[in-house]
Amino acid sequence: MAAGSVLTFVIVGRDDHPIFEADLTSKASEVVNRDDRAQYLHQFVLHAALDAVDEQIWTTTNMHLAQVDNFNQLRVSAYVTAAQMKFLLLHDGKSEDAIKAFFKDVYEVYLKVMMNPFFTPNTQITSPSVHQRIRAIAKTQLKA
Amino acid sequence: METINSEIFTLMYGSIVRQLITDLEDITEVNKQLDTMGYNIGVRLIDEFLAKSRTAACTDFRDSTEKVAKVGFRMFLNTTANVTNWNPEGTECSLVLEDNPLTDFVELPEGCSKLKYCNVLCGVIRGALEMVNVQVECDFAKDTLRGDELNEIRLKLISEGTEAYPFKDDD
Repeated sequence: MAAGSVLTFVIVGRDDHPIFEADLTSKASEVVNRDDRAQYLHQFVLHAALDAVDEQIWTTTNMHLAQVDNFNQLRVSAYVTAAQMKFLLLHDGKSEDAIKAFFKDVYEVYLKVMMNPFFTPNTQITSPSVHQRIRAIAKTQLKA
Repeated sequence: METINSEIFTLMYGSIVRQLITDLEDITEVNKQLDTMGYNIGVRLIDEFLAKSRTAACTDFRDSTEKVAKVGFRMFLNTTANVTNWNPEGTECSLVLEDNPLTDFVELPEGCSKLKYCNVLCGVIRGALEMVNVQVECDFAKDTLRGDELNEIRLKLISEGTEAYPFKDDD
């Protein structure tokens, strides 16, 4: 597994289509040969967590679901918007408050994306500025 | 003056532009169409402007552009523009928009870099001024959506007619 912390953020849309994915660890941009197997494992854990999210949506009226699933050291926290878009964050033990603040800020960014007339809902978010902004949020809220 | 929620307005304009792009499939055609739509708005809007703004008649082109920038934009878009960059002859100038409510939330996708998203404004100005006998050419020179640091509409005076009766006595 890659050295250092794990921090992957995905947005999953309707019918469980991933529409956005970002590795938010600070070294992510530098490391060229990332450990592929770790990446697959992360994807797998996130995918598996979707079932847990689906169950927990109905147990609360909050959009923030806190930690929904874990696998060894990997934890998955989730936030589900009113339109059932799922924000998932794979991490290794960040504080709940920080994650909550992170999701809240990301939601704002996501809203801006949705309001863009050129964005088709439930399609891949490709805008580089969104990547940058989410990375900046991760830096301030999660100290990544 | 009646007002509507600016987000509704922004989103509605956004969907119009998007629909035009899907329908016409060519960015230059879209720019042209937006300009025509603006023109049709402008020729009607000028009456509303004259009826409600209670401004006195303009003395020259300089005066007209000031009115467009300060009163017109305030009335219809709730923003103002600055008139700058006059050429020595006083026939060309730039309207610099401080803030453009039409472009809130908008991010141009790749392949649309030639799109003049707010070209409708050019049409409106052209149409409105034409109705008061001022022929202008209007072009969106700089656009923050395309990476420029400000929104600039370039205005070029072609002719300024004096008011004349459209009929002769012996008709």
